[in-house]
Amino acid sequence: MIALPLVGIAIFLILWSMAADRIDTSLGKFPGPSNVATQMSTLYDEHVAERVKAEAFYERQEKRNAARLEKDPTYEAKVRNYTGKETFFDQIITSLITVMSGFLLAAIIAIPLGIAIGLNKTLNTAINPIIQIFKPVSPLAWLPLVTMVVSALYVSQDPIVPKSFVNSMITVSLCCLWPMVINTSVGVASIDSDLVNVSRVLRLPALKHVQKIVIPASIPMIFTGMRLSLSVAWMVLIAAEMLAQNPGLGKFVWDEFQNGSSDSLSRIMTAVIVIGFIGFLLDRAMLQLQRLASWDKASAQ
Amino acid sequence: MALAASTFTVTSTTAEELGYPEKEELKFGFIKLTDMAPIAVAYENGYFEDEGLYVTIEAQANWKVLLNGVIDGSLDGAHMLAGQPIAATMGFGTKAHIITPFSMDLNGNGITVSNEIWKQMKPNIPKMADGRPVHPIKADALKPVVDKYIADGKPFNMGMVFPVSTHNYELRYWLAAGGIHPGYYAPHKGDSSGTIDAEALLSVTPPPQMPATLEAGTIYGYCVGEPWNQQAVFKGIGVPVITDYEIWKNNPEKVFGITAEFAEKYPNTTVRLTRALIRAAMWLDENNNANRPEAVKILSQPNYVGADYDVIANSMTGTFEYEKGDKREVPDFNVFFRYNATYPFYSDAIWYLSQMRRWGQISEDKSDDWYIDMAKSVYRPDIYTTAAKSLIAEKLADAKDFPNFDTETGFKPPQKEFIDGVVYDGTKPNAYIDSFKIGLKTGDKL
Repeated sequence: MIALPLVGIAIFLILWSMAADRIDTSLGKFPGPSNVATQMSTLYDEHVAERVKAEAFYERQEKRNAARLEKDPTYEAKVRNYTGKETFFDQIITSLITVMSGFLLAAIIAIPLGIAIGLNKTLNTAINPIIQIFKPVSPLAWLPLVTMVVSALYVSQDPIVPKSFVNSMITVSLCCLWPMVINTSVGVASIDSDLVNVSRVLRLPALKHVQKIVIPASIPMIFTGMRLSLSVAWMVLIAAEMLAQNPGLGKFVWDEFQNGSSDSLSRIMTAVIVIGFIGFLLDRAMLQLQRLASWDKASAQ
Repeated sequence: MALAASTFTVTSTTAEELGYPEKEELKFGFIKLTDMAPIAVAYENGYFEDEGLYVTIEAQANWKVLLNGVIDGSLDGAHMLAGQPIAATMGFGTKAHIITPFSMDLNGNGITVSNEIWKQMKPNIPKMADGRPVHPIKADALKPVVDKYIADGKPFNMGMVFPVSTHNYELRYWLAAGGIHPGYYAPHKGDSSGTIDAEALLSVTPPPQMPATLEAGTIYGYCVGEPWNQQAVFKGIGVPVITDYEIWKNNPEKVFGITAEFAEKYPNTTVRLTRALIRAAMWLDENNNANRPEAVKILSQPNYVGADYDVIANSMTGTFEYEKGDKREVPDFNVFFRYNATYPFYSDAIWYLSQMRRWGQISEDKSDDWYIDMAKSVYRPDIYTTAAKSLIAEKLADAKDFPNFDTETGFKPPQKEFIDGVVYDGTKPNAYIDSFKIGLKTGDKL
């Protein structure tokens, strides 16, 4: 079973390196698999070097704080975060945190909304046009609006999280809301009528009905929606980061493109592979969750 | 490290006199250009930390994003186009009171044309004995090319980085000196495209994207800072025809901008960051540019400019490559400290204002006093002087490297070295504006 995918990958790598050799850009040859491998290790080395610098930074800071305390005993020594650059690996973490936060925020809104719409025909008719209109809007069209609104509303002397994070997160949420709402509502609306009847016979109160019947029955559809949403979220996030220069893998790609160094293309290619790989892992993780949570194994393949 | 450690003890002895910084954690923005060097050096050499400042440095997508960042406070300060604080204070574009206590460098820009345009220009340029073209190349050589495009009904598009950028004014200056009209702005009519009556149409492109835009054929030439002219040579897509040093010898370039509110609220921080920047500028020019190779190494890191070492080194170490292989000495291509490069002269600000009036960004006549008052509200030699004097007192700097603070008026003597021979006297802006052939003059209104 594992042999065929390996053959596929091997053929792809050969084709890629052959094609790469033939494409000349003004920044040198298109990067092949070997360039990507080299860059991967360079990026790791840079990460390690940056950590060493960070340590030295904290040491210097400690000394400085101590010296000032000696002169000025009333001073309350603070430890400031390292001010150096974010490495490739830091950017990956930033992107992952952002996408998960945006996704969770969307889920918190979308799943209850989906259940409500699925249960109530009237509500569905009222809200459906809005969903249909907003669903196809490109995430990046939201970005300028989100940026302006966040700038206007999120004002604080000492913000807990940076504005750029909030911007990325909300943009991601706005885009992964819709698949979850739709899938949840469809799942809820199409619950087996036998189950609904059982609930009626038992005279379950509304909340109990949702808790005992609706949610378990529509779990497979809810998770299908969540899986779809998460892949959308990951794609949207990278694009939003590129456009808005918010920290993360998207910013890494854009910065490298702007650098125009002879390594830039290899580093961008490395990022592309990593982005793809993470997207794949996220999808797998959701699938595992879906399998765990769902009694209907057939829908979780 | 040894250097940072030794200076640290010195600064702490006089820390009381200067006062501790009120705000210690700062975020500065920059655009990927070699002239952001003083900020990178102040960080890497520990000059900011010597002042008790913990600075994060962040590349910005373009000049507009950077300016907005400073205005809305998400950036505490930034590497700015000299025209930006002036225009913002005046209210052209975005309105906000921005000041500058520190001028970042002299020169450092170039004008590049695509290979195709260069081929058409070349026959119009006189040659030296060895067959290489005679520099400086005037826009006279471009004029027939532009005329041909106009006759064929095709727009002649060129790029610059921002409406109030040095590059916009330099490109316009060069074009106008060669008889090519670069077009007027008319902000009072809502026209901010700057193409009224234009023969060459100038549009905005962020610096790092210039080569890609030229390669795509959207523009035929551009004026930008380094390394984006040398990048065109390395990529083989264009030829720099002139440096700004040849348009106006030792012209003021970038400034460090902060809001007036920041300077008022955090006076000690302001003086301290100015001290760090002065030290960085001194280091960059020390011992006849001896530290430049090291500076290039810093700049070529991906979090700063990020272009290849060789590309950045070309202009930073005193040479400039025009056509591929035609490398010439331009020792003052980028000046960071000598010739009082860091002192914020009022006359520099007034020059920018004069060009804003010349091209219609200032739509009405203003009195000479207005120009001088405007310059004084933006350029702040007083802060610079405090910072420099404290460095001198601590023996971190030498008084002879600075202007004589007791007699300095902020006005450079009349400057003669422009490509068109017009003389600039900062004390008489209106007379200067009237002395150009192309451009708005006293009484003109669009």
